[in-house]
Amino acid sequence: MTNAILLDGKDNIATCTTAAVKGDTIKILGGGEIVCVEDIPIWHKVALRPIGKGDKVFKYGEVIGEAATDIAAGGWVSHENIFSVPRDYQCEMI
Amino acid sequence: MNFYGYKRRDGRAGIRNHVLILPTCACGSETTRIVASQVRGAVNIIFNTGCSDVAANTALSQKILTGFACNPNVYGVVIIGLGCETVPHAKLRGKIQAMTGKPVVSFGIQEEGGTLKTIERAVRAARDLAAEAALQQKELCDISELLLGIECGGSDATSGIASNPAVGELSDKLVDLGASTLMSESIEWIGGEHVLARRAATPELHNRIIQICADYEAHLKAAGQDCRAGQPTPGNKDGGLSTIDEKSLGCIRKGGTRPIVEVLNQAERPTKRGAIVMDTAGYDISSVTSMVAAGCNAIIFTTGRGTPTGNAIVPVLKVTANAKTYSWMEDNIDVDLSGIIAGSLTIGDAGDLLLKKIHDVCNGRLTKAEAYGFSDVAVDHVCRFV
Repeated sequence: MTNAILLDGKDNIATCTTAAVKGDTIKILGGGEIVCVEDIPIWHKVALRPIGKGDKVFKYGEVIGEAATDIAAGGWVSHENIFSVPRDYQCEMI
Repeated sequence: MNFYGYKRRDGRAGIRNHVLILPTCACGSETTRIVASQVRGAVNIIFNTGCSDVAANTALSQKILTGFACNPNVYGVVIIGLGCETVPHAKLRGKIQAMTGKPVVSFGIQEEGGTLKTIERAVRAARDLAAEAALQQKELCDISELLLGIECGGSDATSGIASNPAVGELSDKLVDLGASTLMSESIEWIGGEHVLARRAATPELHNRIIQICADYEAHLKAAGQDCRAGQPTPGNKDGGLSTIDEKSLGCIRKGGTRPIVEVLNQAERPTKRGAIVMDTAGYDISSVTSMVAAGCNAIIFTTGRGTPTGNAIVPVLKVTANAKTYSWMEDNIDVDLSGIIAGSLTIGDAGDLLLKKIHDVCNGRLTKAEAYGFSDVAVDHVCRFV
């Protein structure tokens, strides 16, 4: 059995708690399942739906980066295909 | 909740009773190692600075040295200097004596006439302090005397999902019992600073948290470094953390949910009780060094990939939620929280377990790093040596 954890309803990725092999059906703790389209190492992220280039990637219900390329549902989300966006600190001041 | 600790004259309580052999600078470090090795109950730190520094570096290294000496886990101090460093031993001794009522003695290698003569006098002094220290009885202290440092290092995706939230539960429980917790590593707030700042007790503290992150980014940029290029580390990436934002959003969970009542500069002593944060590097050894200098009695340290680190005067309790790391590196990790990932342990129950573990450490139980005598120190710096 291949598993992943979904941390927030807003998230478009889940974290694999077992290594996934291409074609595995990953059971998502937090709801649903997805067939992975490539091998994904343990503790890495699987896309729960298609993520287009420039789309925001959500974990913990917060933005963890933007997609550098199109990522298919069931694809491996990693530092190779998402990047951090600089902050706008002034806007965060109250 | 109470623990048996060592009451100090400044009103704080220690959970250990070490004699600290403290170098003023790198040149005194080797001698402190030899002196500490000769006296049971004595510990030393290796210090890589203290000389040829710009003023800002000297200010921080002095905060670390005086902070270690004043830490409530220390009974007394033997200082070993060289003689030509920025702050010589007698001056450092005077500073420490003005800050604490502890016994402090000091020697200079140039004054004494070399290494062996210094070692002889310093070993005698350390032996006498250790003999006195052994007479101090533990007394019942309220848990509100505890200042727990909260750290993570060698993080992977299990840290943010499981071990950090469990430590966050611990932090909330301790704050509710009247104790204080200190979370640092401000570079690892970046990307989650807006979430952390929501916990600030006042708008000023909220904005200070945001400003610390802005300043950190600007500081690194001035040195030609993009903070997003160095964070996450290669090990973090292998462990499934892809961006600094993802790492930070997991990191800040270890601080819990209670209001942040104070935001400290690096190595600064808190003036309030409750949940506190400090501006330090994300480099775990440096961050722990600054929290120990601020007076933490104990450190709880989450890891995903495993780390051996320990501190000379403050016990470091290491926890992981990565089952493979715990079984593979059990010699270095104190608590296995992998049941959270497996679904057999709730975050709340993990918080209760950690409270018991930290309570045991306060009462004297040795952590694994402590039993090995590990003594890691790294002093943050702002500029090249001169």
